[in-house]
Amino acid sequence: MADSVRLEYMIDGDNFTSAGEASVMVKKSLRQMGFDPETIRKVSVAMYEGEINMVIHAQGGKATVDVYDDKIVIVLADRGPGIPDIELAMQAGYSTAPDNIRSLGFGAGMGLPNMKKYTDEMTIESEVGVGTTITMVVNV
Amino acid sequence: MSPTDFYHTHPITDGEILTHSVTLDVTKCKGCTTCLKRCPTEAIRVRDGHAVIENARCIDCGECIRVCQHKAKKAIFDKLEDFADYKYKIALPAPALYGQFEGATDLDLVLSALVDCGFDDVFEVSRAAEIVSEYTRKFLERNETLPHPIISSACPVIVRLISVRYPLLVENVLPVMPPIEIAARIARKEALKKHPELTDGDVAVIFISPCPAKVSYAKNPIGIETSAVSGVLSIGEFYFKMLSAMKKITEPTVTAQSGIIGISWAGAGGEASALFNEKYLAADGIDNVIKVLDEIDNGNIRNLDFVELNACSGGCVGGVLNIENPYIAKARLQTMRRYLPVSLNRVGDCRLDNYEWEHDLEANNVSTLDGDRHEAMRKMREIVALTESFPGIDCGSCGAPTCRALAEDVVRGKANPDDCIFLMRDKLRMMVDKGEINCKNCPKNKANPS
Repeated sequence: MADSVRLEYMIDGDNFTSAGEASVMVKKSLRQMGFDPETIRKVSVAMYEGEINMVIHAQGGKATVDVYDDKIVIVLADRGPGIPDIELAMQAGYSTAPDNIRSLGFGAGMGLPNMKKYTDEMTIESEVGVGTTITMVVNV
Repeated sequence: MSPTDFYHTHPITDGEILTHSVTLDVTKCKGCTTCLKRCPTEAIRVRDGHAVIENARCIDCGECIRVCQHKAKKAIFDKLEDFADYKYKIALPAPALYGQFEGATDLDLVLSALVDCGFDDVFEVSRAAEIVSEYTRKFLERNETLPHPIISSACPVIVRLISVRYPLLVENVLPVMPPIEIAARIARKEALKKHPELTDGDVAVIFISPCPAKVSYAKNPIGIETSAVSGVLSIGEFYFKMLSAMKKITEPTVTAQSGIIGISWAGAGGEASALFNEKYLAADGIDNVIKVLDEIDNGNIRNLDFVELNACSGGCVGGVLNIENPYIAKARLQTMRRYLPVSLNRVGDCRLDNYEWEHDLEANNVSTLDGDRHEAMRKMREIVALTESFPGIDCGSCGAPTCRALAEDVVRGKANPDDCIFLMRDKLRMMVDKGEINCKNCPKNKANPS
């Protein structure tokens, strides 16, 4: 436990143009620690999708990445509206993104499915009106 | 002259072998933080009051030359006199060269001026560019299964940037030699055929370059063992010699053999548009290029076959060794290419044994903290903690471009936390408070003279 590296990022919900920056910083740090390209790709895609979701739906939040030598744990926590039906939200193509976001190519309903696809474990804890915490694990 | 002065009059690199073109004039460098902040790979540090470049990180983009207000950064390149011993000298003009001369509307005039300046022959790099265009079209058809989008390898800065910053994208880079290399190889082959009395060692193939990156390329090529280019002259330095030669020309002696496609390679978008495939993207300027590469790296650019990236704004006409404003040069080239055929050069015409790289592009792991994962993770913990302890204003006063970069330097044993002037100030205050140092002028001592 003591040997892990904790990387923390505040995701700015007011600034859509900076969405995805934490993912780039995580990628740089993982590369400096010598992780293999495939692991880095998985973490950065999952992280990127989660970051975009937090900005679109939850006015931002906090990302905590704990790096162990055999796994990487990503925790994305927000105080947004919460997800009423997690099963529905997990369906490919289902999206509640507003139209102005869709015009940029987002909101295809692939965020959560991609996060699941690129990680080895994913749990969603969500309460309507309180917020959402997503924990993802990528095994090295 | 002290030893430090001597060191800094040499190319400002800390590695053993000089493979980069950018140098520093120590008498002009003020040790300001302008180039430090601008460097896209964080390769520059200020040490002992002067800029120093880390060899392994430098990608030869020339941004530091462009932004230096004190004109302390320069590119070193060859001089024509250096090749006096060669029996046969061939000039390889970059397509950007044609756009440099006001009033010159004819390619033949520019090429003839080169010959009058002391070359035995001229081979247009734009000819090789047309061959690369055709080769790339065929390559894309043949290799539909390669990772997409395919990224152009024509700009050496981009290829080095990818190997330093985007290890996941090395497989996307087009493994084809750039026009400069193919031009040099064909020019050599043709010269030896035309003049059987010559040996390969008698022939010097000299590129007239818009950028310092090509100087480095000739010394340390990408994807191949050795380059057929013997030397690189600067457009800016050769310009005046050509200008006076041009004024004396009444009838051009050389006939250009390039078409619209070859000439268009001088500007951003020229290479991509020659693929006759609308699924392309062309970006120019190092900051824009980095944003595009980040998007590709994140998997956000889909449904594109080809990506053309130019480190300089405007493409090669924006190279830092050019004389003319890049947009004026590009406008001039539009006039020059107007009545030219689409393309005049084909792969089959000048059959080389090989157009592709001899070996794969490798990711340069210069950023890795340690070969051992546990050690690298320990260092990363230190970096995170140190970065927290710094003020986070990225002032550059310590000699590193950001607080995070200073933290990395400290952990790599190349700097000291006290290099941060804010930490140092706090430390001094604490020492004064504890009475460990006595400072007569210290406000506190003045207030309590006892």
